Amino acid sequence: MALSLTIIGGYLGAGKTTLVNHMLRHANGRRLAVLVNEFGQLPIDEDLIEAQGDDIISIAGGCVCCSYGNDLTLALMDMAALDPPPDHVVLEASGVALPGAIAASVSLLQGYALDGIITLCNAETVMEQAADTYIADTIQRQIEDADLIVLNKSDLVETGRLVEIKEHLRRASGRAQVISAQHGALPLEILLHSFDDREAAVPTPTAQHNHGFRTLSFSIPTPVDARALARDLADPTFALIRAKGFVDDISGTKKAIQVVARRWDVSPSSNATPTAIVVIARAEDIDEDAIRALISTHRTMIANGADSPHDSEIAPKQ
Amino acid sequence: MTTIYSARKIITMNPARPVASHVAVRDGRILGAGTLEELSRWGEHTLDERFADKVLMPGLVEGHAHTMEGVFWRYVYCGFFDRTDPDGKTWQGATSVDAVLERLRTAEKMLDNADAPLTGFQLDPIYFDNRKISRADLDKVSSTRPIGVVHASCHIMNVNSKALELAGLLRPGINHPGVPLGDDGLPTGELKGPDVMTPASVHVGFDRDMLACDERGLLDFGKLCVRAGVTTVTDLAARLSDDAVDTMLKVTEAKDYPARVVPLRFFQGLTAKDLIDNAVALKKRSTDRLRLGMVKLVADGSIQGFSARMRFPGYFNGAPNGLWYIPPEQLLETYERALDADIHVHTHTNGDEATQLAIELLETALRKHPSPDHRYTLQHCQLADAAQFRRMAKLGMCVNLFANHHFYWGDEHYNLTVGPERAERMNACRTALANGLPMGIHSDAPITPLGPFFTAWCAVNRLTASGRVQGEYEKISVEDALYAITLGAAYTLKLDGEIGSIEAGKRADIAVLEDDPTEIGAMKLKDVGVWGTMQGGRIFEATAVAS
Repeated sequence: MALSLTIIGGYLGAGKTTLVNHMLRHANGRRLAVLVNEFGQLPIDEDLIEAQGDDIISIAGGCVCCSYGNDLTLALMDMAALDPPPDHVVLEASGVALPGAIAASVSLLQGYALDGIITLCNAETVMEQAADTYIADTIQRQIEDADLIVLNKSDLVETGRLVEIKEHLRRASGRAQVISAQHGALPLEILLHSFDDREAAVPTPTAQHNHGFRTLSFSIPTPVDARALARDLADPTFALIRAKGFVDDISGTKKAIQVVARRWDVSPSSNATPTAIVVIARAEDIDEDAIRALISTHRTMIANGADSPHDSEIAPKQ
Repeated sequence: MTTIYSARKIITMNPARPVASHVAVRDGRILGAGTLEELSRWGEHTLDERFADKVLMPGLVEGHAHTMEGVFWRYVYCGFFDRTDPDGKTWQGATSVDAVLERLRTAEKMLDNADAPLTGFQLDPIYFDNRKISRADLDKVSSTRPIGVVHASCHIMNVNSKALELAGLLRPGINHPGVPLGDDGLPTGELKGPDVMTPASVHVGFDRDMLACDERGLLDFGKLCVRAGVTTVTDLAARLSDDAVDTMLKVTEAKDYPARVVPLRFFQGLTAKDLIDNAVALKKRSTDRLRLGMVKLVADGSIQGFSARMRFPGYFNGAPNGLWYIPPEQLLETYERALDADIHVHTHTNGDEATQLAIELLETALRKHPSPDHRYTLQHCQLADAAQFRRMAKLGMCVNLFANHHFYWGDEHYNLTVGPERAERMNACRTALANGLPMGIHSDAPITPLGPFFTAWCAVNRLTASGRVQGEYEKISVEDALYAITLGAAYTLKLDGEIGSIEAGKRADIAVLEDDPTEIGAMKLKDVGVWGTMQGGRIFEATAVAS
């Protein structure tokens, strides 16, 4: 089974290391493997470290942190061979790396599935960086590559300014969701896909509030066109940050649907999984009725033998 | 124990007595250069006349090379130009795709293990009118064993179908700018960029760390040095793990190791603090023939790879600006820590924006950590303009220009990457010297062959492979070029007090030549015959170092 991989990009001082530590602290039994460009100046909070070797740090709960130094591809190949495999790989890119280029390299490797690109921006400095002679284009490319932009250190700028920065980032990105955060403290289900195929687990609560985010779960007892549904869920009007679930596809097989902001993917799934979908969005954005209506439309169309509504509009993602 | 050597002529590079007939050597150091009568006054001595018909000059200093050249010669040479291997065999250039394939086929027949990979190096399709080599071509050599041929740039590789299959890349649906696809939707076998090469390179015989050198590679590299008249050579991007340092110490300490090796610790994968701490620790392990404690940073990529950082007007073909390989903040922090700890730093810059950044940040760091003689050096620095050279000189910096690039890729730069005007000022040796900048010139071996006389020829004549003079104004004199490959390069390494000239007190490092480089003529400078070297008073004859 392919390892899910999330790329964390962003310039120096955006809070990537803090975010990684936050993830490890809230891994909640999941075995995260973290790849960082370099060790030093405590990439991992000391109290999390179980043992430290030359290029690997063992962390309580089966998590590990490795430094990839000069050759990211080799480190990823080594990590894909870990036994037992981690549940999720988090790759912390270097400050000047272009996360999209890393994603392209990951796509060449066997054993990985890209979960998404998260670019962190430092609310205090990002506008200055975006105008810097030397790094402006690097910052812009990091923003363009993101599925999700985390505007970190949002407590350090005043609200009006924060709104302006968010608006700038939305325009600069053109497609990513922008979420503000402090110290990278975001629920893990926002940052990483939150379910494990092998355990077929869809969390039970139908609605849950957490840090201003809301999670909703919808049961989908009859077949739908999985690709069409995934594509529609990725439409910006729903403002979803993530969606994941399992459905009976019109092809007669079970499919896993995954949406990260506007990136969507449909893959085969084992038949034991229950058919339901879970979505996460900012509490103020989420429109439960609209999503329910969308799902209902998709179910009805299949029940009536009709084609899905905009089948020819958008080419499916490869 | 004093030996006095006679010679047809000794070019000392010491302006106070530029030419001598004899040189006296004791304990691996030079007692003096002069007449036999002058030197005899040192007392009891042996007169050695074996060099009576040779021309001696200071041992040449290569300020930017990589010892992995020694490793590469285990692979099949696929270059366009003739090139001599460590054992002295000159491989004729493979001047067509068919010639490359034929050479690979010959090598393939000599492999006995059916699964062994076949590895080639130094391919450069620019010279085949950019006729691309495909996996189908290489499949004709073998479809059952993995084949990989790395290009001269070391940033592109061609592989066969078997290698693609082992790498998991022989499949449809690949979407990557570094992996061109054929009409069948499958990769053509050309892999562009280190990230893309790695999944295949581990299957085609390349080491996991392509920059690494092992014991045999270091020995072979030493032989190449003797052949080129080189007595001090840099290894400009070494990882220097404890094991690697142990190996280098062991190899270079051997009584018959013919070169002084100066490895620079590569920055990648270390924080600024760890890098400098590491360099400080390494410095303490230095020996005469292994000089540790310097650091190499890389600011940007390459011009022909369109990954160099360019100022306005950018790339001639409109390609987007290149990549930073280090965040400016980390570059600044490294300079500050290095100046503070008295660690010598060389920084790779190719594009003029990278050069500008390095200059500005070093100036900032110097204001905080004034260092009157730091000699921080920009390596390649190929596109620097006059204003940048002036500012570098004021700041006490040095430059090591990539003169060979002009010959091999000058036409490409003229037509594609930077256009005529900037191509003519690439590696602007004359402007650098005119502005008082201490300067070396280099080969970047294995990218281009180790051979300072060839490098000097490039800087003096500025000919491209197609035979055009590119940048008449930037030509330098033979004298200036000879200085650059001796004292000039030594100065960038802070070794000019020890090597680079033949005068009292210096190391007995000497290039033993068949021809006089000051007489042979500018156009023939690359053809100066090298008999061998004297390194630390030990004599190495090129024809004798072959195994």
